Amino acid sequence: MAMISQTEFQRKRARRKWMGRAFYGLCLLSVAIALAMLGILLVYLFIQGVTGISWSFLTSFASRHPDQAGIKAAILGSIYVVLIAGAVSFTLGVATAVYLEEYAARSKFARIAKINIANLAGVPSIVYGLLGLQIFVHSLHLGNSVLAGGFTLALLVLPIVIVAAGEAVRSVPPSLREGSYALGATRWQVIWHMVIPQAFPGILTGVILAVSRAIGETAPLIAMGALTFVPFTPDSPLSRFTVLPIQIFNWTSRPQAGFHEVAAAGIIVLLVILLVMNAGAVILRNRFQNKWE
Amino acid sequence: MASTPDGPTLGQGTRADWKRLIAERAIAVVLFLSTFLSVLITVGIVAVLLLEAITFFADVSIFEFLTGTRWTPLFSSKQFGVLALVAGTTLTAIMAMVVALPLGLLSAIYLSEYAPNSVRKIVKPVLEVLAGIPTVVYGYFALLFVTPILRAISGDISVFNAMSASIVMGIMILPMVSSLSEDAMRSVPRNLREGAYALGSTKLEVSTLVVVPAALSGIVSAFILAISRAIGETMIVTIAAGQNPTFTLNPFVPIETMTAYIVQVSQGDAPAGSIEFKTIFAVALLLFTITLLMNLLSQFVVRRFREEYE
Repeated sequence: MAMISQTEFQRKRARRKWMGRAFYGLCLLSVAIALAMLGILLVYLFIQGVTGISWSFLTSFASRHPDQAGIKAAILGSIYVVLIAGAVSFTLGVATAVYLEEYAARSKFARIAKINIANLAGVPSIVYGLLGLQIFVHSLHLGNSVLAGGFTLALLVLPIVIVAAGEAVRSVPPSLREGSYALGATRWQVIWHMVIPQAFPGILTGVILAVSRAIGETAPLIAMGALTFVPFTPDSPLSRFTVLPIQIFNWTSRPQAGFHEVAAAGIIVLLVILLVMNAGAVILRNRFQNKWE
Repeated sequence: MASTPDGPTLGQGTRADWKRLIAERAIAVVLFLSTFLSVLITVGIVAVLLLEAITFFADVSIFEFLTGTRWTPLFSSKQFGVLALVAGTTLTAIMAMVVALPLGLLSAIYLSEYAPNSVRKIVKPVLEVLAGIPTVVYGYFALLFVTPILRAISGDISVFNAMSASIVMGIMILPMVSSLSEDAMRSVPRNLREGAYALGSTKLEVSTLVVVPAALSGIVSAFILAISRAIGETMIVTIAAGQNPTFTLNPFVPIETMTAYIVQVSQGDAPAGSIEFKTIFAVALLLFTITLLMNLLSQFVVRRFREEYE
């Protein structure tokens, strides 16, 4: 390496320091842009939609006139569909996670199943909609019903529940299991009385995250044939339905500005629901984390 | 061994023992079936898409489908060149990455290398809020906030255009890029950084010449996952990018992506069995194949090129 003069060295060092500061500024700017976009998004939606929120907005059906339009059918539809999706994905997800962690941890089948679950998480949501359309709506003759919609979303969020439940089950200390086995408990008794209760907050966090994903989904439910204009509340699992995101989509796609305002009001309601659910998940996670420390 | 009143010891052949043994086996079988169902979902997806796509390709040559550039199945003179939709998807995904890649990577470097722990603890979850917002909300934002701004800058931009949708989609996938990249960078051991500092490196040099290369497999895999996510994204492009399948890379005109086409047909009343109905399965099969390959590639990159420091 050639020697460089003192002044040359100082000049280069100054340049490197200057570039370092510029790079730091660039990094900071990137984070600032991302945070600013979030801020702008939320403030814009709030300004657009807050005037549209009223008791009658929450309790009226969709209408041809924006000032009379409400989200009653959409909210109830969302609640029913998400309850079904949550219950089904919870049951299947916990059963699968327990099997993979407690019964078949190192088998070849478990390895294949885990790779499969990782890939399912990456399948575009609209593809699940077509799966639901062909399996639940057509083959099982459920029609474009609340039940078919709930099942479709249950499959969509199943990987989220399985991964979260798997982590929760894994984090239960082996000493608890061994203690139970030492008292003569069978494998299922250990799982049912020891592992699942201990893992429950973690499992519940996963289910809440899954449900908050499900409640925002639009495309799969359009693909499986949910309605866009519903002037009635779903009265049975087989009745037709719409959900809040589809109602928002429908209003957004209309040319009249009045509908854009009710769409923004609907978005605020959707975001508040999501905020409440995620706050619940965070609280649960914190309680869970402190447990073994 | 003595048996207790509420639980006889196993292995003595009592009726209660047998019952319990059978119950244990039955539960194991039920749990296995549940796991098996998760594998069946993949089988179901492939079967459902293939079944309809095969009948579609009985009517339309697969060569015309994959090489044609005009897509007009909903018109009376039908043409089935899927490249018109693939172009729309490619354009929006590339432009979304142009936004998400630099912003996401620089954010990740900031969070991993520069930010004090207290700042990081707040900024990271706040950034992840962006990933939790429903896509229909982003669609609204793209069409009614970003598009008017773009049109104010240049009158040549259409109401529906790929640019607005892509910018917003980039914002949406930014947290995915930054979160996964940051995880990869934070798992680079400290002593690599300290070695570089000891040689007189600046923080910029440590970040870009030591940490990023060491974490490259994780970063690349995050990028690939993000592209796959952008390709599968549906509502933003449906709302803001238009419904005009066009074989173009011009971001200022209305286009249509593969996902938006599926929504467009689903919203209408294409009866099961009609050619319009079958097209969405052929398009979805292509979409599924592309995203699956990218997800597998991302997993392969992590496995194959991970630097081990243990």
